[in-house]
Amino acid sequence: MNGLSDLYRLLIIKKKKGECILMKKTKMLSLMMVMIVMASFLIGCGADSGSGNDSDTIKVGLNYELSGNVATYGTDLSDGVEMALEEINANGGLLGKQIEVIKMDNTSDSAEAANISTRLITREKVVTILGPATSGNTKGAIPISTQNKVPLVSASATADDVTVDSNGNVREYIFKTCFSDSYQGITMANFAYNDLGNTKAAILTENTSDYSIGITNNFREEFTNLGGTVVAEEAYQSKETDFKAVLTNIRAANPDVILVPGYYEEVGLIIKQARELGLNVPVLGGDGYDSPKIVELAGAEALNNVYYSNHYSPMDTAEDVVAFREAFQGKFNKEAGAFHALGYDLGYFFADAVERAGEATPEKIKDAMAETIDFTGITGTLSIDELHNPVKSVTILELVDGEPTFLKKLEP
Amino acid sequence: MEQIIQQMVNGVSLGSIYALIALGYTMVYGIIKLINFAHGDIYMVGAYIGFFLTTYLSIGFFPALILSMIICSLLGVIIEKVAYKPMRNSTRIAALITAISVSLFLQYGMMYFVGPETRTYPNILPNSQIKLFGTEAVIDIKNIYILVVTIVLMVLLQYVIYRTKTGKAMRAVALDRDASELMGIDMNKTISYTFAIGSALAGAAGVLVGTYYNTINPLMGAVPGLKAFIAAVIGGIGYIPGAVFGGFFLGITETTVSAFGGSLYKDAVAFAILIVVLLVRPNGIFGSNTKEKV
Repeated sequence: MNGLSDLYRLLIIKKKKGECILMKKTKMLSLMMVMIVMASFLIGCGADSGSGNDSDTIKVGLNYELSGNVATYGTDLSDGVEMALEEINANGGLLGKQIEVIKMDNTSDSAEAANISTRLITREKVVTILGPATSGNTKGAIPISTQNKVPLVSASATADDVTVDSNGNVREYIFKTCFSDSYQGITMANFAYNDLGNTKAAILTENTSDYSIGITNNFREEFTNLGGTVVAEEAYQSKETDFKAVLTNIRAANPDVILVPGYYEEVGLIIKQARELGLNVPVLGGDGYDSPKIVELAGAEALNNVYYSNHYSPMDTAEDVVAFREAFQGKFNKEAGAFHALGYDLGYFFADAVERAGEATPEKIKDAMAETIDFTGITGTLSIDELHNPVKSVTILELVDGEPTFLKKLEP
Repeated sequence: MEQIIQQMVNGVSLGSIYALIALGYTMVYGIIKLINFAHGDIYMVGAYIGFFLTTYLSIGFFPALILSMIICSLLGVIIEKVAYKPMRNSTRIAALITAISVSLFLQYGMMYFVGPETRTYPNILPNSQIKLFGTEAVIDIKNIYILVVTIVLMVLLQYVIYRTKTGKAMRAVALDRDASELMGIDMNKTISYTFAIGSALAGAAGVLVGTYYNTINPLMGAVPGLKAFIAAVIGGIGYIPGAVFGGFFLGITETTVSAFGGSLYKDAVAFAILIVVLLVRPNGIFGSNTKEKV
């Protein structure tokens, strides 16, 4: 039925296109003139942006999903960022100046993310943009930052092609502080082979998700290089509910570990149905497992022998993690999640770059960010590599009766 | 061998769900020649009713199943009175479009009230498996529940249609609406009964699927609704045993396709079968033009 309404919409669009062709030449001419006027106005804006550096505050823009369908990610991240920046301001600010945060909502829409970036850069004259949360929205904002030469840092866009363009060239002004999808695949392959001692892996991929395919490809390559074999590969689509047929195929291949790199909604059902079929081998996955929903879907007893990589664990007993958790609890009166921790680290990552740059200009900050080595945060120690991706530790969690339990932190 | 048994078990349990939804589809079509696209969404509403009953009132499986069936049958009757009755004498395409609107209304109305997120059923059925013939092939207790409920409801339906007065009225209306009205059959009442029974079956399917897969959301009715429609057409739309056959046939076909490594193409295969059936036997495998349809 959705298909039918789509068809209807398509028909309307076609109709509109027809009208477009009929647009008079005079109309085109006036449109062009308006565009020229607007362009000259924008250039005018760009020209005086240099004067912003003499102000007594350092302006940083937050471009986050504060409403819309991934609002929880955006809200958590911006809470974390603001907490960090407030701490820095309370300790005397950066380079003797206070940080001024300009927070805007991109409504979980990539076109809006671009609009907001434009506004933050041209009107508010920020020196750096932090955000957005998802890879898609970050990609929407990338061209604006690149054109205006203002650095953009995302703490959670895990797609591999955020900091690198389609030709494999690094995007000079774009950074991220979370590990990439490919990195999770490699980590889990090593974990399966070296820590669990598995040699026969089966893979069940969500073939409509770049995230899932990214992890799968890197896992397969690394696992085979280590000496393991992939005995079965099956695929599913998002929103499916019956996985018994593919799981029966996997069971026939007799693997000693299964990789299911998906999101919790399907993964919960897959693990439940696998256990019902008597497939009790370890299940591996990525940060898509990080949701309390997975326990509701699979049931606590099915969620044993499940391992996944994540950015952060509240069960981590490292000193700085405990301190962060307590400070967060005091401020927000709730337990800090992975996105809070990523946002908090992003705030300090920015401050660290400004301190080392010695001058709060976009150009200097960009250079300093690219040279980051051994920055210590809550989600691990990170160095920025030549592709503007972080080299950082991964936390591996084990589900014990559905409870995420901190297993180990793997250093890069 | 155990592979084949296991895949057959998987196919039959999937097929019994399609069959249950297809029963209601085929009934409504048989009586008033309307493809009730909202049927899949009544199934969704049934799943939510079951969810609220078991989660917030913590009542058992069978009371929840029956209550959900009753509420769904009321919903079906209301939908018929409000949306379909005024369209009864207009063109079939107008009625079809109304059905699509009702479907979208139910989906997004539900989304407005309960939110778009997935909900999970509590564990209300025993969670255990039985090994078949001493092999590795297992069957879940829930599968057996679904299968038994489907068969019981189908037998009940056959009884209602062929052994009761209401059933006789339904068959008469299906055969010739005007003539049966002249014979003193209350058409409004008969159509209401049809919707009530059809929607009750959808509600039962909703609760069964909710407990079996443990996940429900406001758009869950769309795809099973279409699959059930295919099942009904394969068996000959309007013909009740045909719908059951179609459901099992489709379930087993999809599982077989997955078993041979084509898990991503199983929907394509399902629709391809629909096209072939429509080309070769437009009235379905069991349907025929002369047959009395209910």
